[in-house]
Amino acid sequence: MQAPSPSLIADNLACRRGERLLFRRLSFRLEAGAACHVTGANGAGKTTLIRALAGLTTPFAGEVRREGALALLDERTGLDPDLPLGKALAFWSGIDRVGDGQAIMDRLRLAALAEVPVRYLSTGQRKRAALARVLGQAAPLWLLDEPLSGLDTASQGLVSALVREHCASGGIALIASHQPLDVPGMTSVAIEDFAPAPEEEEA
Amino acid sequence: MIAALLRRDLAQFFPFTGSGAALPVVFFVAVAMLFPFAVGPDANVLARTGGGVVWIAALLAAILPLEKLVARDIALGFFDQLRLRGITEEAMMAVRLFAHWLSFGPPLLLATFPAAALLKIEGESFQILLLGLLAGTPGLAAIGLMIAALTASLRAGAALSGLLLIPLALPILIFGAGALARQDPVSLGFVGAISLGLVALAPFAAGAAIRAAREIS
Repeated sequence: MQAPSPSLIADNLACRRGERLLFRRLSFRLEAGAACHVTGANGAGKTTLIRALAGLTTPFAGEVRREGALALLDERTGLDPDLPLGKALAFWSGIDRVGDGQAIMDRLRLAALAEVPVRYLSTGQRKRAALARVLGQAAPLWLLDEPLSGLDTASQGLVSALVREHCASGGIALIASHQPLDVPGMTSVAIEDFAPAPEEEEA
Repeated sequence: MIAALLRRDLAQFFPFTGSGAALPVVFFVAVAMLFPFAVGPDANVLARTGGGVVWIAALLAAILPLEKLVARDIALGFFDQLRLRGITEEAMMAVRLFAHWLSFGPPLLLATFPAAALLKIEGESFQILLLGLLAGTPGLAAIGLMIAALTASLRAGAALSGLLLIPLALPILIFGAGALARQDPVSLGFVGAISLGLVALAPFAAGAAIRAAREIS
């Protein structure tokens, strides 16, 4: 199932939101083991970039090339709000058929919440639940959109540790976040560097 | 994978177990109960008009769950997560269409028995009504799914749903209720054909609508 060598390549990427051009000529190449931190102010286009990289939207120009399965974490959990957390996660592990659900729940300190309906979870608990879904997918490519928002200090450290382990085992992680992550060797892309100049925007 | 998806969709929409509750069926029976009170107990009038009322009640019952049918899972990121796992939007929508029909079609057919008794629809008329609903409800489900997907990303989606429904549902209604008025089972063939066409079209139309909704979100 796992591709021989995962990679994530953005080639001369440009994305719009509505009529506004957010960034252009954005290129990078992530190979196995690479972690990349995408920074930018609110509205700079981090989420737009991630959705384009995931193949959910078509970029305005340029191309995305991916090798390997992809897991996405964004502000939407993808978990049924009415189901107990354990069952909601079990649905996705039933689809993915990989990973040890119980170990992942223990790791993210969710075991005690298994019987609680997803809609009663707090922001941070919900974020951890979404992380559990990502881990359960065992995909070599991770796209994490604001994985640290709403998490307490201990959980933030846990996210850094998970990313370190993921990259050490040959995975690729691209993280859009306002907070710093403790991942050695992580490259950084500031999305504002690729924002169009005012005169370009007219064109 | 598809089986897990169908189980999940059914759990979402099935009456009594899912969050959708039994609203469509309750609505359907309520119309059948209220109608005789509104037009009076004349058995002839009831038998002549009852079939049309049952069809309209079935049509409106089919659009009751529309708001939850697609929009909620878009907001949840559910379809996005499935897409990343290589499931096409068309497959997701085909599964949802089946689940949607199972959640209101068979319960509605069962509810037709008491409804027909209340409206004095008997004998051959009842057979034509039941067969017509059996042939027509998949088409109604397909129309509902397409409308739900098309309006999912709009703020005034519910209002637009009603408008979109009218032209789409007319053919099924004309042949379905018409078969009853003329006591003509041949029209049911047309209902079935229209249903089949809509069922074949719906996953593609709804899938394209979901992809388009992503681009503007």
